[in-house]
Amino acid sequence: MIDQPDFQLSRNAFGRLVFTGPDGQAQEGVVPVHAFPIAAPDQGIALIDSQGHELAWIDRLVDLPDELRTLIETELGSREFMPEIKRILEVSSFATPCTWHVETDRGVTTFVLKGEENIRRLTPPALLITESHGIHFLIRDRFALDHHSRKILDRFL
Amino acid sequence: MQPNPSSSTLPFAWTAQVESQLADGEKVLVWLELDLDAQLHFASGLVVVTNQRLLSGSLTDATWQGWAYQQGMMLTRRDHSGIGSLELADADSLLARWRYTLSNNIAAGRLIEHFMQQLSHHLTGELPPSPEQILCPKCQSVLDTPLPPGQEECALCSKEIYTPPSTWTLFRLWRFARPYKWRLLAGFLLTLGSTAATLVPPYMTMPLMDNVLIPYQNGKPIDTDLVTLYLSGLFGAALLAWMLGWARTYVLALVSERIGADLRTATYEHLLKLSQEYFGGKRTGDLMARIGSETDRINIFISLHLLDFATDVLMIAMTAAILVSINPWLALVTLLPLPIIAWLIHVVRDRLRTGFEKVDRIWAEVTNVLADTIPGMRVVKAFAQEKREAARFRATNQHNLEVNDRVNKIWSLFTPTVTLLTEIGLLVVWIFGIWQVSEDAITVGVLTAFLAYISRFYLRLDSMSRIVSFTQKAAAGTKRIFEILDQTSSVPEPANPVHLPTVTGRIELRGVGFRYGTRSVTRDINIAIEPGEMVGLVGHSGSGKSTLVNLICRFYDVTEGAILIDGVDIRSLPVAEYRKHVGLVLQEPFLFFGTIAENIAYGKPEATRAEIVAAARAAHAHEFILRLPHGYDSLAGERGQALSGGERQRISIARALLINPRILILDEATSSVDTTTEKEIQKALDNLVRGRTTIAIAHRLSTLRGANRLIVLDRGSIVEVGNHDELMARAGHYYNLYQAQARNIDTEDDLRRQDIALKTEEARI
Repeated sequence: MIDQPDFQLSRNAFGRLVFTGPDGQAQEGVVPVHAFPIAAPDQGIALIDSQGHELAWIDRLVDLPDELRTLIETELGSREFMPEIKRILEVSSFATPCTWHVETDRGVTTFVLKGEENIRRLTPPALLITESHGIHFLIRDRFALDHHSRKILDRFL
Repeated sequence: MQPNPSSSTLPFAWTAQVESQLADGEKVLVWLELDLDAQLHFASGLVVVTNQRLLSGSLTDATWQGWAYQQGMMLTRRDHSGIGSLELADADSLLARWRYTLSNNIAAGRLIEHFMQQLSHHLTGELPPSPEQILCPKCQSVLDTPLPPGQEECALCSKEIYTPPSTWTLFRLWRFARPYKWRLLAGFLLTLGSTAATLVPPYMTMPLMDNVLIPYQNGKPIDTDLVTLYLSGLFGAALLAWMLGWARTYVLALVSERIGADLRTATYEHLLKLSQEYFGGKRTGDLMARIGSETDRINIFISLHLLDFATDVLMIAMTAAILVSINPWLALVTLLPLPIIAWLIHVVRDRLRTGFEKVDRIWAEVTNVLADTIPGMRVVKAFAQEKREAARFRATNQHNLEVNDRVNKIWSLFTPTVTLLTEIGLLVVWIFGIWQVSEDAITVGVLTAFLAYISRFYLRLDSMSRIVSFTQKAAAGTKRIFEILDQTSSVPEPANPVHLPTVTGRIELRGVGFRYGTRSVTRDINIAIEPGEMVGLVGHSGSGKSTLVNLICRFYDVTEGAILIDGVDIRSLPVAEYRKHVGLVLQEPFLFFGTIAENIAYGKPEATRAEIVAAARAAHAHEFILRLPHGYDSLAGERGQALSGGERQRISIARALLINPRILILDEATSSVDTTTEKEIQKALDNLVRGRTTIAIAHRLSTLRGANRLIVLDRGSIVEVGNHDELMARAGHYYNLYQAQARNIDTEDDLRRQDIALKTEEARI
C-alpha cells in the first residue's frame, strides 16, 4: 500500500534536504536516520531536523512514493557508512592491536583493530567490527565468508 | 594514510600530479588526503589549498578541478558516524563535497582554516596572520596553539602506532624474572645435579646384570662385596637425587611465587594508571579474571611445568649421551621415535594454541555474564527475567562446552598417540636388542640398562608432550596480561612535566572538542573561568556537560584544542599532581569499604583526626556521624552502615573539602536526593564552594542561584553565557529550561514537550 505522506522533501542547491511539513513550513538541512541500521535497515527511518528533533517517522521505506524513496535512499547512502566485509585478505598479527587488510563492498581498505572486544556479536551470524577510529565494519554472515577469511576470523572469536 | 598538511611536502604519490596542475607562482599551502569517494567507496583523493585556489583530484582518474577564491565562498566540515564531509559552497549553491574517514579530521580542520585565511586575503587583501607560525618540532606542521611545555610532538605525530605484541610473549616474562636471576641459576644447577643423580641407578643395572646375575645363572656364586658396592651406589644416588630434587623444587617454587606476585602487582598498578576511557570499554569480569587467574596460571606454569620441562630436556640430553657412550648403534635405534614425536608435537601445537586462546576468551565471557547480572539483580528480579538470564548463562556455558569439546577432540587424541609411539619404540629396541644379543654384539646387561633408560626416557617424552598445552595456556595468559601492560594510557604522563606548586584556579578552555568513537560530543568550546568564580553548566542531558567536566578532570584528553590551568596546558602537568588541585563531588558518591574517617580522608590519608572532624563539620556531616553507633569508626561502603543518599553525599563533600582543592567540580551533586536533603547538602556545598573556582552541573536550576555565570550547552556547543537575569531577559534556551522547571516539570523528557506547548500558547495569545 502506497500512502501519500503528509510531508514533502526536496533537495536544494546546497545539496541539503528541505522538508515541508503539513503546516507548510519548510526546514532545511533535514537528515534521514535509520533507527535500526543493522537489525532492520529498511524499516524505521526518522527524519531529523538540524536541531536533532524528529520531524517525521517512516515505518517502511517501500511504502513511500518512488521519488521520495530514492531521495531518502540516496541521502542515507551518502551518510551512513558501514562497509560490509566480503573477504579478509590479511591480518598483521593474531594478537591485538593489529592491522586488517580487508575487501569490503566499498573497496579494499585497511584498518586497525584495537582489541578483541571490538568485535561485537550481533544476532548470529552477524558480527560488527569497530576499528580504531570508530568506523563500523559489518560481517553479515560469518559462515558465508570464504575459508581463508573464516580461519582468520576464528582466531579472534 | 598520512594526513600531514605541512606546506610544500606533498605525499610522494601526489607530487607529480599536483605539480602538473599548478600555474606559475602557485604554491601549495596545505592538503588533505581523502580516503573515500563521493559514493563512499574507499579510494584516494586529494584536496589542496594553494595561494590561488582550491584544487581537488583523485588518483584513479587524472581529472582535476579547481575553484578560484570568490566572494561568498564557504568551506565547512561535518561529520556523521565515522565519516567527515567537507563542503565547498558559494552564496547560492553547493560547489563540491568531499568525504574522508575521521583519521583525517585534524588535517581537514587545518585545510578549512587555511582556505578561509586565503579567501579573506584575496577578497580584502588582508594578509593571513601566519608570519609567526608555530611549527611542530617533529613533523614541521603548523600548529594552532603552541605546544604545551613538556610535550614534544603535536597531535598529528602522536597518532597511535600499533605494533602487535610478538608471538614470543613468554620471553617477555623475563622482565619479571630478572630480579631473581641468581636464585634461578642456583635452581638450574640443582636441577642439573638432581637429574644426573637420577640417571645413576639404571647405569648400575648393567654391571649388576653382567657381573652378578648372569655369572650366577652360569653357576658362579654371588660376589657379596660387589653386590654391596653396587647396591650402596644405587642407594646413594637415590638419596642424592632426593636431596637435590627437594632443594631445587623449593628454590624454584619460591622464585616463581615471587614472579607471579610481581606480575599481579605490576598489572594492577598499571591498570590504575589507565584512563577512564579504558575502563569504559572493558568489562569488569574480564579484567578481574586476567589479573587473578591468568597470573596464577603463569605462576604454576613457571613453578611446575617449566621446571619439569627443563628437567626432562636435561634428562633426555644426558640419557642420550650415556646411551651413545655405551652402544652407538643401539642408541640410534632407541632415539629413532624422538623426531617423530617432536614432529607430532609441532603439528598439534598450533591447533591447540588457538583452541586454548578460545577457551580463555569464552571463560572470560562466562564471568562477564555473571558480572553483568549480579550487580543488576534488582532489575532482573523486578522484571522477572530470571529465566532469561539463566538461559543467557546457559547459552554462554553451552558455547564454552562447544569450544572445549573441539579442543579436547585434538587434545584427547594427542596423549594416547604419544603413548602408542612410546610402546612401538620399546618394541623396536627389544627386537634390535635381542638380535644384537644373539649376535653377541652386546651383553644382556647392556640391553637391560637400555630398556631401563628408555622406559624412563619415553615416560618423560610423554609428560614433555604435555608441556605443549601448558606452554600454550601460559603463553595465552601472558599475552592477555601483557595486553594490559602494553596499554598506554590515553591520558599520558608528560615527558617533561611542569610543576605548579600553587594554583590560583584560573581555567581556560580553548577550542575544546571531544569525540567519543565516531560521535563528536563537544565542539569548539571556549570559556575562561576566573579564580574563585562559580560557573554553572546547564543544558539537556546529552548536551555535553558531564563530558566537559570529565575533560577538565582529565579523565579523558581533549581531541582538539586545549584546557589550560593558570595558563599551563593540563596535559603538561603530572596527572596525579594536577588532580590534587581538583575536588570532585559526584551524583552517586562512592564510598569504599572502610571506616567513615578513612573515607573522608581518602584523598589525604595523612590527615589528622582534627582535620577530618573539621571537614565533616563544614560538610554538615559531623552530627549524623556522631549518631552512628561507632561514630567516625563506623564502617561504610559495601556491607557497611546503611547511609542515606544525602548522608553519603555529605561524606563525599567532606572528602573534597579535606584536600582543599582550588578547583571544585560538582557533577549533579544534589540530583539524587529530595528537596529537603538538598537544602542540607546545599548548606554543606556553600562552605565548600567559598573561595574556590567552581564548576557545577545541576538539573535543578535553582541550585545554581549562587553561580556568577551560567553556561548553557546544547548538543556539545555553548549557546548562551550570562547570569540568571541576563539569560532570562534573553528569552532563549535558558529561559525555556527555566520556564519548564518553574512549572514543576523536572524531568528532561517532558521539557521539550513543555517547550512546544509554551510556543503554541504564545501563538494563541
